[in-house]
Amino acid sequence: MSEAVLLIGTKKGLWIGRTDGERRNWKLDGPQFEMQGIYSVGVDTRDDRPRLFVGGTSEHWGPAVFHSDDLGRTWDEPPKGSIGFPEDADASVERVWQIQAASADQPGVVYAGTEPSALWKSTDGGVTFELVRGLWDHPHRKEWGAGFGGQAIHTVLPHSTDPDRVSVAMSTGGVYQTRDGGATWEPANHGIKAKFMPDPDPEFGQCVHKLAAHPDVPERMFAQNHHGVYRTDDGGAIWKSIADGLPSDFGFPIVVHPHEPETVYVFPLIADGNRIPPDATPRVFRSRDAGATWEPLTNGLPDAPSYAPVLRDALCVDQGSPAGVYLGTRDGCVYASADAGDTWTEVARHLPDVLSVRAAVI
Amino acid sequence: MTMVVGVKLPTVLRPFAGGVERVEVQPAEDTVGAVFMALEADHPALRRRLTDEQGSLRRHVNVFLVNDNIRDLDGLDTKLSDGDELLILPSVAGG
Repeated sequence: MSEAVLLIGTKKGLWIGRTDGERRNWKLDGPQFEMQGIYSVGVDTRDDRPRLFVGGTSEHWGPAVFHSDDLGRTWDEPPKGSIGFPEDADASVERVWQIQAASADQPGVVYAGTEPSALWKSTDGGVTFELVRGLWDHPHRKEWGAGFGGQAIHTVLPHSTDPDRVSVAMSTGGVYQTRDGGATWEPANHGIKAKFMPDPDPEFGQCVHKLAAHPDVPERMFAQNHHGVYRTDDGGAIWKSIADGLPSDFGFPIVVHPHEPETVYVFPLIADGNRIPPDATPRVFRSRDAGATWEPLTNGLPDAPSYAPVLRDALCVDQGSPAGVYLGTRDGCVYASADAGDTWTEVARHLPDVLSVRAAVI
Repeated sequence: MTMVVGVKLPTVLRPFAGGVERVEVQPAEDTVGAVFMALEADHPALRRRLTDEQGSLRRHVNVFLVNDNIRDLDGLDTKLSDGDELLILPSVAGG
Protein backbone atom coordinates (compact mmCIF):
# COMPACT_ATOMS: atom_id res chain seq x y z
CA MET A 1 0.00 0.00 0.00
CA SER A 2 1.33 3.40 -0.86
CA GLU A 3 2.01 6.09 1.67
CA ALA A 4 2.40 9.83 1.45
CA VAL A 5 4.75 12.18 3.22
CA LEU A 6 4.48 15.96 3.61
CA LEU A 7 7.48 17.97 4.73
CA ILE A 8 6.52 21.19 6.50
CA GLY A 9 9.37 23.63 7.00
CA THR A 10 8.63 26.42 9.47
CA LYS A 11 10.44 29.34 11.01
CA LYS A 12 11.17 27.17 14.06
CA GLY A 13 11.67 23.67 12.77
CA LEU A 14 10.38 20.80 10.66
CA TRP A 15 7.17 18.85 10.96
CA ILE A 16 6.29 15.84 8.82
CA GLY A 17 2.80 14.77 7.86
CA ARG A 18 2.26 11.10 7.15
CA THR A 19 -0.70 9.27 5.70
CA ASP A 20 -1.66 6.51 3.28
CA GLY A 21 -2.06 6.89 -0.46
CA GLU A 22 -5.61 8.18 -0.06
CA ARG A 23 -4.14 11.28 1.65
CA ARG A 24 -7.22 12.05 3.72
CA ASN A 25 -6.20 11.60 7.36
CA TRP A 26 -2.82 12.99 8.24
CA LYS A 27 -0.69 12.27 11.28
CA LEU A 28 1.80 14.94 12.25
CA ASP A 29 5.33 14.18 13.51
CA GLY A 30 7.63 16.82 14.94
CA PRO A 31 9.20 19.11 15.54
CA GLN A 32 12.68 18.29 14.35
CA PHE A 33 15.49 20.80 13.75
CA GLU A 34 14.13 22.99 16.50
CA MET A 35 15.06 26.66 16.32
CA GLN A 36 16.05 26.38 12.68
CA GLY A 37 14.29 28.25 9.91
CA ILE A 38 13.54 25.56 7.35
CA TYR A 39 13.67 27.64 4.20
CA SER A 40 13.80 24.62 1.90
CA VAL A 41 12.54 21.08 1.91
CA GLY A 42 12.86 18.63 -0.94
CA VAL A 43 11.82 15.17 -2.02
CA ASP A 44 13.74 13.18 -4.61
CA THR A 45 11.54 10.32 -5.86
CA ARG A 46 13.76 9.25 -8.77
CA ASP A 47 15.07 6.13 -7.05
CA ASP A 48 13.20 3.29 -5.41
CA ARG A 49 14.15 4.75 -2.06
CA PRO A 50 13.02 8.36 -1.89
CA ARG A 51 15.44 10.84 -0.38
CA LEU A 52 14.20 13.78 1.64
CA PHE A 53 16.07 17.05 2.10
CA VAL A 54 16.01 19.85 4.62
CA GLY A 55 17.79 23.15 4.22
CA GLY A 56 17.77 24.84 7.61
CA THR A 57 19.39 27.90 9.08
CA SER A 58 20.03 28.43 12.76
CA GLU A 59 20.41 32.08 13.64
CA HIS A 60 23.19 30.97 15.96
CA TRP A 61 24.89 28.07 14.27
CA GLY A 62 24.43 28.79 10.58
CA PRO A 63 22.97 26.87 7.64
CA ALA A 64 23.09 23.16 6.88
CA VAL A 65 21.57 20.69 4.43
CA PHE A 66 20.49 17.30 5.73
CA HIS A 67 19.16 14.28 3.85
CA SER A 68 17.11 11.32 4.97
CA ASP A 69 16.64 7.92 3.35
CA ASP A 70 14.08 6.68 5.88
CA LEU A 71 11.32 9.20 5.24
CA GLY A 72 12.53 11.69 7.79
CA ARG A 73 13.00 9.48 10.81
CA THR A 74 16.75 10.06 10.84
CA TRP A 75 18.84 12.70 9.08
CA ASP A 76 22.45 12.83 7.93
CA GLU A 77 24.96 15.38 6.77
CA PRO A 78 28.52 14.69 5.68
CA PRO A 79 31.15 15.47 8.35
CA LYS A 80 32.47 18.49 6.51
CA GLY A 81 29.03 19.74 5.59
CA SER A 82 27.02 19.72 2.39
CA ILE A 83 27.51 23.21 1.11
CA GLY A 84 30.00 26.03 1.51
CA PHE A 85 31.76 28.60 -0.60
CA PRO A 86 35.37 27.98 -1.55
CA GLU A 87 37.83 30.36 0.08
CA ASP A 88 38.43 32.45 -3.03
CA ALA A 89 34.71 33.24 -3.34
CA ASP A 90 34.99 35.30 -0.14
CA ALA A 91 31.37 34.60 0.80
CA SER A 92 29.48 32.38 3.19
CA VAL A 93 26.14 30.65 2.80
CA GLU A 94 23.42 32.32 4.84
CA ARG A 95 20.35 30.33 3.81
CA VAL A 96 19.58 27.45 1.50
CA TRP A 97 16.40 28.44 -0.30
CA GLN A 98 15.94 25.58 -2.71
CA ILE A 99 16.86 21.91 -3.06
CA GLN A 100 15.71 20.55 -6.39
CA ALA A 101 16.44 17.19 -8.00
CA ALA A 102 17.11 17.18 -11.74
CA SER A 103 15.22 14.93 -14.16
CA ALA A 104 15.29 11.15 -13.93
CA ASP A 105 17.83 10.81 -16.74
CA GLN A 106 20.39 12.69 -14.61
CA PRO A 107 20.69 10.34 -11.65
CA GLY A 108 22.41 11.87 -8.67
CA VAL A 109 22.08 15.45 -9.90
CA VAL A 110 20.48 17.77 -7.35
CA TYR A 111 20.61 21.56 -7.42
CA ALA A 112 20.53 24.03 -4.57
CA GLY A 113 19.96 27.77 -4.51
CA THR A 114 21.21 30.00 -1.72
CA GLU A 115 21.56 33.39 -0.17
CA PRO A 116 23.78 35.03 -1.26
CA SER A 117 22.62 34.41 -4.83
CA ALA A 118 24.46 31.28 -5.87
CA LEU A 119 23.59 28.05 -7.63
CA TRP A 120 25.03 24.75 -6.48
CA LYS A 121 25.14 21.35 -8.15
CA SER A 122 25.41 17.97 -6.51
CA THR A 123 26.27 14.84 -8.45
CA ASP A 124 26.13 12.52 -5.44
CA GLY A 125 22.42 12.66 -4.80
CA GLY A 126 22.44 15.84 -2.76
CA VAL A 127 25.01 14.86 -0.15
CA THR A 128 27.59 17.46 -1.23
CA PHE A 129 27.15 20.50 -3.46
CA GLU A 130 29.63 22.45 -5.55
CA LEU A 131 29.33 26.09 -6.52
CA VAL A 132 28.31 26.66 -10.16
CA ARG A 133 31.06 29.11 -11.05
CA GLY A 134 29.58 30.29 -14.32
CA LEU A 135 26.73 32.03 -12.55
CA TRP A 136 28.73 33.14 -9.50
CA ASP A 137 31.22 34.86 -11.80
CA HIS A 138 28.49 36.52 -13.88
CA PRO A 139 29.26 40.22 -14.46
CA HIS A 140 25.70 41.12 -13.42
CA ARG A 141 26.12 39.66 -9.93
CA LYS A 142 27.26 42.88 -8.30
CA GLU A 143 24.03 44.50 -9.50
CA TRP A 144 21.68 41.85 -8.14
CA GLY A 145 19.77 43.26 -5.20
CA ALA A 146 18.25 41.98 -2.01
CA GLY A 147 14.58 41.61 -1.28
CA PHE A 148 13.26 41.36 2.24
CA GLY A 149 14.27 37.71 2.32
CA GLY A 150 17.86 38.56 1.45
CA GLN A 151 19.58 38.30 -1.92
CA ALA A 152 18.96 34.74 -2.99
CA ILE A 153 18.49 32.25 -5.77
CA HIS A 154 15.27 30.76 -4.48
CA THR A 155 14.16 28.79 -7.52
CA VAL A 156 15.98 26.21 -9.61
CA LEU A 157 14.17 24.69 -12.57
CA PRO A 158 16.22 22.05 -14.38
CA HIS A 159 15.08 21.42 -17.96
CA SER A 160 13.26 18.09 -18.12
CA THR A 161 14.96 16.73 -21.26
CA ASP A 162 18.18 18.71 -21.79
CA PRO A 163 20.68 18.34 -18.95
CA ASP A 164 22.60 21.39 -20.21
CA ARG A 165 19.66 23.70 -19.63
CA VAL A 166 18.68 25.12 -16.25
CA SER A 167 16.59 28.15 -15.32
CA VAL A 168 16.98 29.93 -12.01
CA ALA A 169 15.08 32.80 -10.45
CA MET A 170 16.46 35.22 -7.92
CA SER A 171 15.23 38.15 -5.91
CA THR A 172 16.25 40.49 -7.17
CA GLY A 173 17.80 39.81 -10.53
CA GLY A 174 15.05 37.81 -12.18
CA VAL A 175 15.36 34.76 -14.40
CA TYR A 176 18.70 33.52 -15.72
CA GLN A 177 19.25 30.53 -17.96
CA THR A 178 22.12 28.35 -19.08
CA ARG A 179 22.20 26.22 -22.21
CA ASP A 180 25.69 24.84 -21.72
CA GLY A 181 25.52 23.07 -18.40
CA GLY A 182 26.13 26.14 -16.27
CA ALA A 183 29.20 27.63 -17.95
CA THR A 184 27.41 30.70 -19.30
CA TRP A 185 24.17 32.37 -18.25
CA GLU A 186 21.82 34.88 -19.84
CA PRO A 187 18.98 36.84 -18.27
CA ALA A 188 15.55 35.82 -19.57
CA ASN A 189 13.17 38.49 -18.32
CA HIS A 190 11.79 40.00 -21.52
CA GLY A 191 8.21 41.00 -20.78
CA ILE A 192 8.45 40.77 -16.99
CA LYS A 193 7.86 44.12 -15.33
CA ALA A 194 9.96 45.63 -12.54
CA LYS A 195 7.59 48.29 -11.26
CA PHE A 196 9.94 49.12 -8.40
CA MET A 197 12.64 50.34 -10.79
CA PRO A 198 12.91 53.59 -12.77
CA ASP A 199 12.92 51.56 -15.99
CA PRO A 200 10.14 49.00 -15.56
CA ASP A 201 11.48 46.87 -18.44
CA PRO A 202 15.09 46.19 -17.53
CA GLU A 203 17.14 43.35 -18.98
CA PHE A 204 17.53 42.04 -15.45
CA GLY A 205 16.75 43.16 -11.92
CA GLN A 206 13.20 41.85 -11.74
CA CYS A 207 11.90 40.29 -8.54
CA VAL A 208 10.57 36.99 -9.83
CA HIS A 209 9.10 35.17 -6.85
CA LYS A 210 8.72 31.68 -8.31
CA LEU A 211 8.99 29.69 -11.55
CA ALA A 212 7.23 26.47 -12.49
CA ALA A 213 7.04 24.19 -15.52
CA HIS A 214 5.61 20.81 -16.42
CA PRO A 215 8.23 18.29 -17.52
CA ASP A 216 6.20 17.29 -20.59
CA VAL A 217 6.20 20.89 -21.88
CA PRO A 218 9.55 22.31 -20.82
CA GLU A 219 9.40 25.33 -23.15
CA ARG A 220 6.35 26.61 -21.33
CA MET A 221 7.12 28.13 -17.97
CA PHE A 222 5.03 30.06 -15.51
CA ALA A 223 6.23 32.88 -13.26
CA GLN A 224 4.73 34.59 -10.25
CA ASN A 225 6.42 37.95 -10.14
CA HIS A 226 6.54 40.77 -7.62
CA HIS A 227 3.37 42.03 -9.32
CA GLY A 228 2.67 40.10 -12.46
CA VAL A 229 1.80 36.53 -13.35
CA TYR A 230 3.38 35.38 -16.60
CA ARG A 231 3.77 32.52 -19.02
CA THR A 232 6.40 31.89 -21.64
CA ASP A 233 5.82 29.40 -24.46
CA ASP A 234 9.27 29.67 -25.96
CA GLY A 235 11.57 28.70 -23.15
CA GLY A 236 11.83 32.17 -21.68
CA ALA A 237 12.43 34.38 -24.73
CA ILE A 238 9.20 36.31 -24.17
CA TRP A 239 6.90 36.39 -21.13
CA LYS A 240 3.23 37.35 -21.46
CA SER A 241 0.81 38.25 -18.71
CA ILE A 242 -1.73 35.65 -17.61
CA ALA A 243 -2.98 37.72 -14.67
CA ASP A 244 -6.39 38.58 -16.15
CA GLY A 245 -9.05 36.87 -14.11
CA LEU A 246 -7.07 36.91 -10.88
CA PRO A 247 -8.08 39.27 -8.06
CA SER A 248 -4.45 40.44 -7.87
CA ASP A 249 -1.23 39.84 -9.76
CA PHE A 250 0.82 39.86 -6.54
CA GLY A 251 1.79 36.71 -4.71
CA PHE A 252 4.68 34.37 -4.07
CA PRO A 253 4.14 30.75 -5.17
CA ILE A 254 3.18 29.26 -8.52
CA VAL A 255 2.85 25.52 -9.09
CA VAL A 256 1.97 23.27 -12.04
CA HIS A 257 -0.22 20.19 -11.76
CA PRO A 258 1.88 17.00 -11.93
CA HIS A 259 -0.13 15.40 -14.75
CA GLU A 260 -1.89 18.29 -16.51
CA PRO A 261 0.57 20.74 -18.09
CA GLU A 262 -2.15 23.37 -18.55
CA THR A 263 -3.20 23.36 -14.89
CA VAL A 264 -1.47 25.90 -12.66
CA TYR A 265 -2.04 27.20 -9.13
CA VAL A 266 -1.35 30.55 -7.44
CA PHE A 267 -2.23 32.19 -4.12
CA PRO A 268 -2.87 35.91 -4.74
CA LEU A 269 -2.23 38.65 -2.20
CA ILE A 270 -3.63 42.16 -2.55
CA ALA A 271 -0.43 44.00 -3.43
CA ASP A 272 3.17 44.50 -2.39
CA GLY A 273 1.92 47.26 -0.13
CA ASN A 274 -0.73 45.01 1.45
CA ARG A 275 0.33 41.40 1.61
CA ILE A 276 -2.84 39.68 2.73
CA PRO A 277 -5.40 37.71 0.72
CA PRO A 278 -7.97 39.80 -1.19
CA ASP A 279 -11.25 40.12 0.71
CA ALA A 280 -9.46 38.53 3.69
CA THR A 281 -10.39 35.23 2.07
CA PRO A 282 -7.74 32.56 1.58
CA ARG A 283 -8.14 31.28 -1.96
CA VAL A 284 -6.00 29.18 -4.22
CA PHE A 285 -6.67 30.12 -7.83
CA ARG A 286 -6.47 27.37 -10.41
CA SER A 287 -6.27 27.69 -14.15
CA ARG A 288 -6.88 24.66 -16.35
CA ASP A 289 -6.00 26.47 -19.57
CA ALA A 290 -2.48 27.68 -18.86
CA GLY A 291 -3.63 30.97 -17.41
CA ALA A 292 -6.39 32.05 -19.79
CA THR A 293 -9.06 31.69 -17.11
CA TRP A 294 -8.92 31.22 -13.35
CA GLU A 295 -11.23 29.75 -10.72
CA PRO A 296 -11.04 30.22 -6.95
CA LEU A 297 -10.68 27.14 -4.77
CA THR A 298 -12.03 27.58 -1.27
CA ASN A 299 -13.80 24.37 -0.29
CA GLY A 300 -12.24 23.44 3.03
CA LEU A 301 -10.00 26.49 3.36
CA PRO A 302 -10.75 28.89 6.25
CA ASP A 303 -13.65 31.28 6.09
CA ALA A 304 -13.09 35.02 5.98
CA PRO A 305 -11.66 36.88 7.68
CA SER A 306 -8.29 35.21 7.44
CA TYR A 307 -5.21 37.24 6.71
CA ALA A 308 -2.28 34.88 6.42
CA PRO A 309 -0.09 34.98 3.30
CA VAL A 310 1.44 31.92 1.64
CA LEU A 311 5.17 32.16 0.95
CA ARG A 312 6.96 31.21 -2.25
CA ASP A 313 7.76 27.60 -1.36
CA ALA A 314 4.71 26.99 0.79
CA LEU A 315 2.50 25.75 -2.07
CA CYS A 316 3.28 22.43 -3.76
CA VAL A 317 1.90 19.38 -5.48
CA ASP A 318 2.74 15.72 -5.09
CA GLN A 319 3.02 13.28 -7.98
CA GLY A 320 -0.01 11.20 -6.92
CA SER A 321 -3.16 10.52 -8.88
CA PRO A 322 -5.40 12.33 -8.40
CA ALA A 323 -2.91 15.09 -7.72
CA GLY A 324 -2.35 16.26 -4.18
CA VAL A 325 -1.98 20.00 -3.57
CA TYR A 326 -0.64 21.46 -0.31
CA LEU A 327 -0.30 24.90 1.17
CA GLY A 328 1.12 26.30 4.37
CA THR A 329 0.34 29.72 5.74
CA ARG A 330 2.26 32.28 7.73
CA ASP A 331 -0.11 31.70 10.63
CA GLY A 332 1.05 28.10 10.86
CA CYS A 333 -1.78 26.24 9.17
CA VAL A 334 -1.32 23.54 6.57
CA TYR A 335 -4.03 22.35 4.19
CA ALA A 336 -4.01 19.40 1.82
CA SER A 337 -6.15 18.56 -1.16
CA ALA A 338 -6.27 15.00 -2.49
CA ASP A 339 -8.36 16.01 -5.49
CA ALA A 340 -6.26 18.58 -7.32
CA GLY A 341 -7.57 21.45 -5.23
CA ASP A 342 -11.34 20.86 -5.35
CA THR A 343 -11.56 20.21 -1.61
CA TRP A 344 -9.11 20.85 1.21
CA THR A 345 -8.57 19.40 4.66
CA GLU A 346 -6.56 20.79 7.52
CA VAL A 347 -3.31 18.94 8.22
CA ALA A 348 -1.97 21.24 10.96
CA ARG A 349 -2.74 24.45 12.78
CA HIS A 350 -0.84 26.69 15.18
CA LEU A 351 2.58 25.79 13.87
CA PRO A 352 5.20 28.53 13.51
CA ASP A 353 4.93 30.36 10.19
CA VAL A 354 5.28 27.94 7.32
CA LEU A 355 8.19 28.64 4.97
CA SER A 356 8.23 25.55 2.76
CA VAL A 357 6.22 22.43 1.94
CA ARG A 358 6.96 19.46 -0.32
CA ALA A 359 5.06 16.20 -0.62
CA ALA A 360 5.32 12.83 -2.32
CA VAL A 361 3.35 9.65 -2.67
CA ILE A 362 5.59 6.65 -2.21
CA MET B 1 55.72 23.16 23.16
CA THR B 2 52.39 21.46 22.87
CA MET B 3 49.54 23.58 24.07
CA VAL B 4 46.18 22.26 25.23
CA VAL B 5 43.04 24.40 25.37
CA GLY B 6 39.66 23.27 26.68
CA VAL B 7 36.43 24.25 24.95
CA LYS B 8 33.21 23.98 26.94
CA LEU B 9 30.09 23.54 24.85
CA PRO B 10 26.43 24.44 25.35
CA THR B 11 24.03 21.52 25.35
CA VAL B 12 22.78 22.21 21.86
CA LEU B 13 26.25 21.78 20.36
CA ARG B 14 27.25 18.62 22.18
CA PRO B 15 25.78 16.28 19.52
CA PHE B 16 28.38 17.68 17.12
CA ALA B 17 31.20 16.67 19.47
CA GLY B 18 30.21 13.12 20.27
CA GLY B 19 27.88 14.19 23.07
CA VAL B 20 30.56 15.53 25.41
CA GLU B 21 30.36 18.76 27.42
CA ARG B 22 33.98 19.71 26.89
CA VAL B 23 36.59 18.99 24.29
CA GLU B 24 40.33 19.57 24.35
CA VAL B 25 42.33 20.63 21.34
CA GLN B 26 45.97 21.25 20.59
CA PRO B 27 46.07 24.39 18.44
CA ALA B 28 48.99 24.95 16.13
CA GLU B 29 49.24 28.54 17.35
CA ASP B 30 48.35 30.35 20.56
CA THR B 31 45.15 32.01 19.31
CA VAL B 32 41.41 31.43 19.49
CA GLY B 33 41.33 31.16 15.71
CA ALA B 34 43.86 28.34 15.85
CA VAL B 35 41.63 26.53 18.36
CA PHE B 36 38.77 26.60 15.86
CA MET B 37 41.06 25.38 13.10
CA ALA B 38 42.11 22.53 15.36
CA LEU B 39 38.46 21.64 15.93
CA GLU B 40 38.12 21.05 12.19
CA ALA B 41 40.19 17.88 12.38
CA ASP B 42 38.24 16.07 15.10
CA HIS B 43 34.88 17.86 15.09
CA PRO B 44 34.28 19.45 11.67
CA ALA B 45 30.52 19.68 12.20
CA LEU B 46 31.13 21.58 15.44
CA ARG B 47 33.65 23.95 13.88
CA ARG B 48 31.19 24.72 11.06
CA ARG B 49 28.59 25.87 13.57
CA LEU B 50 30.96 28.24 15.32
CA THR B 51 32.53 29.82 12.24
CA ASP B 52 31.41 30.18 8.66
CA GLU B 53 33.28 28.60 5.76
CA GLN B 54 35.61 31.62 5.56
CA GLY B 55 36.60 31.20 9.21
CA SER B 56 34.67 34.16 10.63
CA LEU B 57 32.99 33.69 14.00
CA ARG B 58 29.23 33.49 13.47
CA ARG B 59 27.45 36.68 14.47
CA HIS B 60 25.38 35.23 17.31
CA VAL B 61 28.04 32.93 18.76
CA ASN B 62 29.82 34.22 21.84
CA VAL B 63 33.17 32.87 22.96
CA PHE B 64 34.36 33.69 26.45
CA LEU B 65 37.87 33.49 27.87
CA VAL B 66 37.12 33.44 31.58
CA ASN B 67 34.68 36.39 31.77
CA ASP B 68 35.73 38.22 28.64
CA ASN B 69 33.96 37.95 25.32
CA ILE B 70 36.72 37.51 22.75
CA ARG B 71 35.04 40.20 20.67
CA ASP B 72 36.08 42.60 23.43
CA LEU B 73 39.61 41.23 23.28
CA ASP B 74 41.28 40.58 19.93
CA GLY B 75 38.61 38.37 18.40
CA LEU B 76 40.01 35.30 16.72
CA ASP B 77 43.50 36.72 17.25
CA THR B 78 43.05 36.68 21.03
CA LYS B 79 46.13 35.10 22.58
CA LEU B 80 45.79 31.95 24.69
CA SER B 81 48.01 30.15 27.13
CA ASP B 82 48.39 26.46 27.80
CA GLY B 83 45.50 25.27 29.93
CA ASP B 84 43.11 28.08 29.02
CA GLU B 85 39.41 27.31 28.88
CA LEU B 86 37.04 28.74 26.30
CA LEU B 87 33.30 28.84 26.94
CA ILE B 88 30.93 28.84 23.98
CA LEU B 89 27.50 30.38 24.54
CA PRO B 90 24.77 31.35 22.11
CA SER B 91 23.81 35.01 22.27
CA VAL B 92 20.22 36.05 22.77
CA ALA B 93 19.06 35.93 19.16
CA GLY B 94 16.68 34.05 16.99
CA GLY B 95 13.30 35.70 17.43
